[in-house]
Amino acid sequence: MYTAEMLASIQKVEASRPSRINMELRRMTAEEKEGLLKTYHPDFKQEEFAALRVGANKGENVPHELAALLEGRSRIKDENIDLNKIDYDVDVLVIGGGGSGSAAAIEAHECGANVMIVTKLRIGDANTMMAEGGIQAADKENDSPAQHYLDAFGGGHFAAQPELLKKLVNDGPGAIKWLNDLGVMFDKELDGTMITTHGGGTSRKRMHACADYSGAEIMRTLRDEVFNRNIPVVDFTAAVELILDTDGKAAGAVLVNMETGEYHVARAKTIIVATGGAGRLHYQKFPTSNHYGATADGLILAYRVGAELIYPDTLQYHPTGAAFPTQIFGCLVTEKVRALGAMLINAEGEAFMHPLETRDVTSASIIRECTTNSKGLQTPHGSAVWLDTPMIEIVRGKGTIEKGIPAMLRMFMKYGIDMREQPILVYPTLHYQNGGIKINIDGMSNIDNLFVAGEAVGGIHGRNRLMGNSLLDIIVFGRSAGRNAAVKCKNVKISELSIEHVEKYEKEITEAGIKSEVISPLLLPSYANKDGFKRKRSVTI
Amino acid sequence: MEDKINVFIFGKKYEVPAGATIMSAMEYAGYKLVRGCGCRCGFCGACATIYRVKGDKELKTALACQEQAMDNMYIATLPFFPLVKQPFDIETARPDERIIMQLYPEVYSCIGCNACTKSCAQELNTMQYIAYAQRGEYEKCAKESFDCVMCGICSSRCPAGISHPQVGLLTRRLYGKYIASPSEHVERRVEEIEKGNFESLIEELMNRPIDEIKELYNNREIEK
Repeated sequence: MYTAEMLASIQKVEASRPSRINMELRRMTAEEKEGLLKTYHPDFKQEEFAALRVGANKGENVPHELAALLEGRSRIKDENIDLNKIDYDVDVLVIGGGGSGSAAAIEAHECGANVMIVTKLRIGDANTMMAEGGIQAADKENDSPAQHYLDAFGGGHFAAQPELLKKLVNDGPGAIKWLNDLGVMFDKELDGTMITTHGGGTSRKRMHACADYSGAEIMRTLRDEVFNRNIPVVDFTAAVELILDTDGKAAGAVLVNMETGEYHVARAKTIIVATGGAGRLHYQKFPTSNHYGATADGLILAYRVGAELIYPDTLQYHPTGAAFPTQIFGCLVTEKVRALGAMLINAEGEAFMHPLETRDVTSASIIRECTTNSKGLQTPHGSAVWLDTPMIEIVRGKGTIEKGIPAMLRMFMKYGIDMREQPILVYPTLHYQNGGIKINIDGMSNIDNLFVAGEAVGGIHGRNRLMGNSLLDIIVFGRSAGRNAAVKCKNVKISELSIEHVEKYEKEITEAGIKSEVISPLLLPSYANKDGFKRKRSVTI
Repeated sequence: MEDKINVFIFGKKYEVPAGATIMSAMEYAGYKLVRGCGCRCGFCGACATIYRVKGDKELKTALACQEQAMDNMYIATLPFFPLVKQPFDIETARPDERIIMQLYPEVYSCIGCNACTKSCAQELNTMQYIAYAQRGEYEKCAKESFDCVMCGICSSRCPAGISHPQVGLLTRRLYGKYIASPSEHVERRVEEIEKGNFESLIEELMNRPIDEIKELYNNREIEK
């Protein structure tokens, strides 16, 4: 599979390998990290951002691709939506069928609410399903929520909203217990002790995992629980606008059947936006590890009704996306590979950094290696570095890879690359939306009755997120939003439904001199036909 | 110029770039996918696909996002398969032999044809895990079925009408909750947090001036 040039470089990797076994690489100083980020991290490329001209965050920078959608036109501007014909009438409407939406729905149901999930694809078609490496929680003797807080706060550049982060770490062990009690198969020792490892930027081994199917195992369990509880799931149905009532409170959503194009109206006392991330917007032409529907829909919907965003200018590029072969370009290579001992190696066979720095720092370092330092390997998509996977079994014994990272082994084996024998090529891939809709400690946005959970939320992690804190966040804040939305809906009286805000926003756009023909939310990326195929492949590294 | 191959999507011929995955080949041909496309990385099972290469008698199966298209490949996607999902209450369920008999008695109709194993896109030993389920060996069933993405191809090939992915999932949940040893350190930590034992530690940290927090972070000890 590998080219002659790649095979020659592998020889250099193999030659340096014995000297690297058991070598403890130096960590970067705070100053080194800062300098590296400013020069090489995509978040610092000013020309890739535009100031918003309308809405609650007017004047603040967001990526061009997101700005186009936030300043785009409504899908229903020319439609005649009859708000008196209500197709679904529920207490709690959850928009999005990923991990946070499912966790929210289960808790709302537990609290006795009449809850319904709408999702534009199937329940479980979500980034949760693709989270591989694990979930953090401070439940070991040498650990504490305070230690977890310090790691996450520092890793996020001291920008996390303190109260939200405190909730995340304090509720961490409870989230693990909840999942365990639902039957999630965590990796454990025979005596029940959770097997935990490091992630980038952790100071304690608190990464709980289910092999490298951690998110999939959590997602399929939550989905099964949603089905067991008979919670209605309206699939292949997207929310295209939120509905307010005449008091300005969130009161429902306009839905569209993704297959028939038919519109429906859902009325709800409280709404939980759990629409996930934005990888499919391919910011800065990066490939992405995200699922097909990750198009920031929730941010668009919420922004149009006046919700405030926080840190929408900060994205996470996962350091190790698959860079070769083309067929799996951009797919995630879990951080657990590095947690198990694989080092990052350049084309010359040199270990150029400690493999477990935080993700933003690691990505910036790989980009430097492939640009300024010219020590990357040429691939059909640009340049890449090695992740020296054979080290894992030299250090931890034969069978470690098949047991600990079976999905990774399988993914590369399909293309004739046995990562137990040969290293793999990686380059950063667009992975996570650090920012999102601002919430209070109850999970509610600045719009009354509009809750948000999961990746659509901003502020929990600051300006960079640690591995394993996202699976934790969807459970902690998903459950919390579900509970709070269920409690709050008991005292909600809905006035008349209204979508006047859509027209108002449209007017604001026109008055700002924006002549956009972009229709949003996007719902799905366009990969169809030769142009789409080219566009998808033109994402470069 | 890129090399091209011919594929037959639902029988209709299209010329697509060599090396494309089945999913990308369909998109190149002009399909705007709604069904049959999920994570695009082999984890969600949305893109189950059945194919046959011209001249080859054997029907093959794959996840469209993970398999490379081949010249003269006849492709039919299976974006949905009506699996049987029996509801149960995880709180009252028990990992005894009865539960499989009650919920999925069809596993005992397995005729041992092994079509499930042969068709598994994840190359799991599917028939073996069903055999474990029949015998009430849920731990083995859970572990053997662990990498299942629930695409449903196995069930589409099963003459006994077994919903293998659901059987696997049931045993995994039973294993996770009831069979695997309880994690006492987790239970203990949850209790400690509920009692407020860690509250002062985190409050003390949060109340420090930002420069002190930075200092603590930059010099914190990292477990080996």
